Amino acid sequence: MTPRPRDVAVVAFAQSDHRRATPGLSETELLLPVLREVLDRAGLAPGEADFTCSGSSDYLAGRPFSFTLTLDGVGAWPPIAESHVEMDGAWALYEAWVKILTGEADTALVYAHGKSSAGDVRDVLTRQLDPCYLAPLWPDSVSLAALQAQALIDAGETDEDDLAAIAARNRAAATHNPHAQLRGAVPHGDYVVRPLRTGDCPPVSDGAAAVVLAAGERARRMCRRPAWIRGIDHRIEPHDPGRRDLTDSPSTRLAAERAGAFDAPVDTAELHAPFTAQEVILRKALRLTGDVRVNPSGGALAAHPLMAAGLVRIGEAAARIHRGESHRALAHATSGPCLQQNLVAVLEAELEGEPE
Amino acid sequence: MPEQLTAPLVVSFPFTRSLGPVQSAFLTGLRERVVLGVRAHDGRVLVPPAEYDPTTAEEIHELVEVGTTGTVTTWAWNPAPRPNQPLATPFAWVLVRLDGADTALLHALDAPGPEAVRTGARVRVRWAEQRTGAITDIACFEPHDGPETGHATPHHGTFTDPVTSLTAPARLDYTYTPGRAQTRHLGNLARHLLTGERCPSCRKVHVPPRGACPTCGVAATEQVVVGPRGTVTTFCVVNIKARNLAIDVPYVYAHIALDGADLALHGRIAGIPYDQVRMGLRVEPVWRDGDRHPDHYRPTGEPDADYDTYKRLL
Repeated sequence: MTPRPRDVAVVAFAQSDHRRATPGLSETELLLPVLREVLDRAGLAPGEADFTCSGSSDYLAGRPFSFTLTLDGVGAWPPIAESHVEMDGAWALYEAWVKILTGEADTALVYAHGKSSAGDVRDVLTRQLDPCYLAPLWPDSVSLAALQAQALIDAGETDEDDLAAIAARNRAAATHNPHAQLRGAVPHGDYVVRPLRTGDCPPVSDGAAAVVLAAGERARRMCRRPAWIRGIDHRIEPHDPGRRDLTDSPSTRLAAERAGAFDAPVDTAELHAPFTAQEVILRKALRLTGDVRVNPSGGALAAHPLMAAGLVRIGEAAARIHRGESHRALAHATSGPCLQQNLVAVLEAELEGEPE
Repeated sequence: MPEQLTAPLVVSFPFTRSLGPVQSAFLTGLRERVVLGVRAHDGRVLVPPAEYDPTTAEEIHELVEVGTTGTVTTWAWNPAPRPNQPLATPFAWVLVRLDGADTALLHALDAPGPEAVRTGARVRVRWAEQRTGAITDIACFEPHDGPETGHATPHHGTFTDPVTSLTAPARLDYTYTPGRAQTRHLGNLARHLLTGERCPSCRKVHVPPRGACPTCGVAATEQVVVGPRGTVTTFCVVNIKARNLAIDVPYVYAHIALDGADLALHGRIAGIPYDQVRMGLRVEPVWRDGDRHPDHYRPTGEPDADYDTYKRLL
């Protein structure tokens, strides 16, 4: 019998307003108010968290080791225990969760930021592809997502009207999200890369997000209604899109299974689906039925700060539990082309056998 | 509030990568107008080929030749090609399962319009005229009127003068924005004014300012004029001339604690022989005509500062 692992919860979440460009702000300046807000909510002083972990990408900033400058914003003196992932902040949260599970930390600050406006995201993202077979062709992120959307249409699983409805529903939900970039009715527009129109694609966003995790009693003291992490898992598929079934997401399904997502129904799901067709695939892989509230925040179609958008999903799901609007929520983050890599987290308002 | 500063930032890198034996055979084959795949342990033929089995992770090396015709498995019409993409005119991105292969290859399809493209369409390779052993040796695919014919046949994979490495040049253009604090600082420097920011928590003055106190982790917004005079806290003698830098060696590069600052910045020391620079030397900034920032610092002629006045800034 394995001992029961530590109970770890998301106790605070904050995010910036996500905007097309933030020319007046450095990455640190973009992050500072977000860090201040999340630490205030958790009742922590800068530098007080036992562990700090961040997610960002030098390719977005165009500068090596760009994340080190943002350490100016966390109070890193006396020296703190710190780590960074060159990934979405959802994976930084995973590392922090594991760190707390080991017992080496009781609290963790997780943050992520991305200034997509610094470069041209469609070109920048081609550099994450296979350097021998794919990168020399410069297939941009929208083109790869369009290949996936067409495969899904060919399989009879969606059509362009369905996709437009997904876009409209997400952005309608975003009217209640003051941080979102695209809110309410947005013209579905012309084809960017057919079958995807501008409305099927995420906005290009600058933004930041931060989360505080805490274990057991610490979590209960920091938050009236902690969002307990029931499980997190992440899985990756081959990098070559021609070797995958683009109409399915076995990595999401497996991550969900391992995170315990199918053990009990969820009432809310925050999906990191930057392109409309990807929501269809994720709903299928995660077995989400009509009674699950999907993306009440508006999702990545309403704001897509690269490297932070996945962490935002976990934060939004947790915040709904904090506010008493959800009892059991699923959060998903993705990375790579065509949903190559996927993380699933399951959050709950109460622990097993404990009255709410 | 001054206008926000921005500057173009170009990142250009020619990554050179060594190829594994399977990749080498595939890319060399393209140069010779032959498309090779590799057979995985489950019998599937992978094109483009992998060095390792996707299921068992074992090395695989059973090369096979597949057809130069194939079938579109999915497509996307790209009405506005971007720089570096395979065709300059509107084209379809396609995943093509070549005859004899079990996986699909990503490339461009030259077609008159989206109406001419569909999943299941037959296509064939159009070879580039100049071929070097790269995926771009396939210029693109073009429509092809013919049934699926090919099947995978064993291939030795050996060629004369094989390609063993790949140079993948890439250039990305960015716009760098230093942000509020540095914009203000640089604007002040251009007006011959040295400014820092005071931390509201520890009260230290940081120069140059970055918008936050790096020790306390809080926003620093109170501007403080510092210097212009300061003290050399430590220094080094540079003996190797940097490329594109019109400064004669040897010269001295120093940490300078400006009066009123709690952090030393760095600058070049001139106006004194390099071997006479010392800790405690009092210096002041020198702007040349039209400069937006100090060119160097020179001795003020004051007596040296006492060690105790700057030792905490070392």
